[in-house]
Amino acid sequence: MNKIIYKEQLSKDVFLMGIDAPLIAEERQPGQFIILQTDDDYGERIPLTIADADIEEGSITIIFQVVGKTTTELSLMEVGDYLPAFVGPLGKPTHIKNFGHVVCVAGGIGVAPMHPIAQALKKVGNFVTIIIGARTKDLLILENKMKNIADELIICTDDGSYGRKALVTEPLKELCERNKKPEMVIAIGPPVMMKYCSITTKPYEVFTQVSLNTIMVDGTGMCGGCRVSINNETKFVCVDGPEFDGHQVDFDNMIARLNSYKNIERQKQKCFVEKTFKAKEGVL
Amino acid sequence: MSYHSLEELSAQAKELIVEYVDKCDSLKPKERTQIPAQEMPTQDPLIRRTNLEEVAIGFSEDQARIEAMRCLQCVKKNCVQDCPVNIDIPAFVNKIAHGDFEGAAQIIKQTTLLPAICGRVCPQETQCQLHCAVGKALKDVEKSVAIGRLERFIADWERKNGKKVLPKIKPPTGKKIAVVGSGPAGLVVAADCKREGHHVTIFEAFHRLGGVLRYGIPEFRLPNDIIDHEIETLSQMGVEIKTNFVVGRTRKLIDLIEKDKYDAVFVGTGAGLPMFMGIEGENLVGVFSANEYLTRANLMRAFEKEKADTPIISSKKVAVLGGGNVAMDSARMAKRLGADNVYVIYRRTENEMPARKEEAVHAKEEGIEFHFLENAKRIIGDEHGCVTGMECVRFELGEPDESGRRRPVEIKSSEFIVDVDTVIVAIGNGSNPLISQTTPQIQVNKWGNVLVDKTQKTSLDKVFAGGDIVLGAATVILAMGEGRRAAASINSMLALERETEKAVKNSYAL
Repeated sequence: MNKIIYKEQLSKDVFLMGIDAPLIAEERQPGQFIILQTDDDYGERIPLTIADADIEEGSITIIFQVVGKTTTELSLMEVGDYLPAFVGPLGKPTHIKNFGHVVCVAGGIGVAPMHPIAQALKKVGNFVTIIIGARTKDLLILENKMKNIADELIICTDDGSYGRKALVTEPLKELCERNKKPEMVIAIGPPVMMKYCSITTKPYEVFTQVSLNTIMVDGTGMCGGCRVSINNETKFVCVDGPEFDGHQVDFDNMIARLNSYKNIERQKQKCFVEKTFKAKEGVL
Repeated sequence: MSYHSLEELSAQAKELIVEYVDKCDSLKPKERTQIPAQEMPTQDPLIRRTNLEEVAIGFSEDQARIEAMRCLQCVKKNCVQDCPVNIDIPAFVNKIAHGDFEGAAQIIKQTTLLPAICGRVCPQETQCQLHCAVGKALKDVEKSVAIGRLERFIADWERKNGKKVLPKIKPPTGKKIAVVGSGPAGLVVAADCKREGHHVTIFEAFHRLGGVLRYGIPEFRLPNDIIDHEIETLSQMGVEIKTNFVVGRTRKLIDLIEKDKYDAVFVGTGAGLPMFMGIEGENLVGVFSANEYLTRANLMRAFEKEKADTPIISSKKVAVLGGGNVAMDSARMAKRLGADNVYVIYRRTENEMPARKEEAVHAKEEGIEFHFLENAKRIIGDEHGCVTGMECVRFELGEPDESGRRRPVEIKSSEFIVDVDTVIVAIGNGSNPLISQTTPQIQVNKWGNVLVDKTQKTSLDKVFAGGDIVLGAATVILAMGEGRRAAASINSMLALERETEKAVKNSYAL
């Protein structure tokens, strides 16, 4: 049982929560994730990346977007509520060292897992360029936190409501075309964004690392539901990843697998929202 | 084998008991071998393939007593030799024959805490029952005394009648033991070490205990409430339980010893790393490891589609690759989840199939179709990346290989396409990599199995291991046997430590 100790709504569908989890706070490293359940009888297990940790307070921060039944339910939980199942930190940590110039490309909610990675890369002396992409200004999160880390910050919105009106791949391409191209790119965000970031950097031969957020059940290597094709070899995101060389990932297969249960998930969320709404009306 | 209902079997047994009850002690061996072997009552195959309730219902009291009377009470006790936990089989069977079920329970409980589980899932036909003199006399191992069913009968009787007696626990020793993983090996270690008076903590990665008993073996073969009952015994004994705790990640194994001051650690993390065939199309949508398919259905309860948040695929035609018990479980689960056709595809013949005969018979009764001497070559998908078919190839049996089984040889140009929308890969498991990944000091072999000596001790001080993480994918009872051995080694190591500590203390006192 892990207690929710703070909660903040970052944008329409995005929430930040602080969770009391002293052991995870102590052990976690950038790039790792947790798995939680909102109900340990019938709930599903969903992986969420760790956005931050406070060892003294014994807490970690998770940031999530409401996309299905479990995230909807989670967004309705309040400070003081307990999560019945909360396990981590899982996955291999990001390899942190001084590469030189690193470009961190974070799209949408991908800013959350990027935050501790960028922080760690900066700490060991990298020159860190951060590109943040969002559909529109209201969906931008953690801008100030990232600004504090970045040596160079580029913000893009699809509709031009803030920063540059561009997809993240545009500034990324420009950076690759500079006289001295970056030593490494890390891209975290929607699968399509990571796919196109990898395609963008490929001709420039800039090593591009992506962090995959696939469907998982156990998160310890037991089920293989998270498997992806890396250079035609099957790898498990939970124990071999979550980070892989973007130039070797079969993104189309990964995206198809991510969508395996889309229809069932949509329906479950709809049912849940309707039921919750009706229950609230009943109280009123 | 035709299906006989519980009522039929009970009625037959009622007649027989009248005939034999007074002769229980005076029967000659020949007369005993002539007593009809009792058939396990099951749910009707046509009904059970739509529900998750247990297939085998269990002997009636009369059936149990008659079956027990078949035992010759041999002096040699060959059956006991091949029991990994050395249950005094003739003794408990004799108690059943006399109707003393409580007495039988006491004998079983001396050596195993988990009879309800072993009685259900042990491969008795290759262990105790293989050596049964009755089976030998009748030249058919199937006709051996049904030791497993009798063990199960007693465990169920004890539970239903509220006769559970907690094992005696010695006074606290002040020693702490960490058990990593709550599968069959870990549960045995926890029980055996707790009985010695040590403080025991079980660390489990999942939100529920039981390991493979919970996520792998389906409800229709091993009901969850039976696992719960056995685990409740451990809690009542005072075993501390920490779920949602991944040793290696939440806390390093070494830290359990160095920071948390555990005096011994047992690693029983199992063989949880599914193997795939390495064929084209294996990552298409609709291809699952048996582990994933069964975990969704069992642990995450996706069988209860209305209630569970964890989804499971709705399939029409399912191919299961493999011929072991896990393949049988997956196929039968797919049927229960509503598939019209379920094919088990195995590249050898029925004779070489590693699954228990009983499971294969049950699967056939439920309408599972077996395709022998065939194997998958390639899985075919549509433009959305979803499975639409599978290319198979035929085999014939050639010369025996090093395992003694005749090697399947591919027949050239015998490829054909099977129309399926789901493929479940049940060809085995590798060892779980988490401990070796996060504990580089521990020695493993090239398959990632933890290396142990004959006391189950690993290359690391104070660290023991057992079960599938050592054996590779094996059986529940072999894991329990390893757990028993590891617990004995831990207990004697700690006893020695305590003696030394006492001696040192005394020398100071002087």
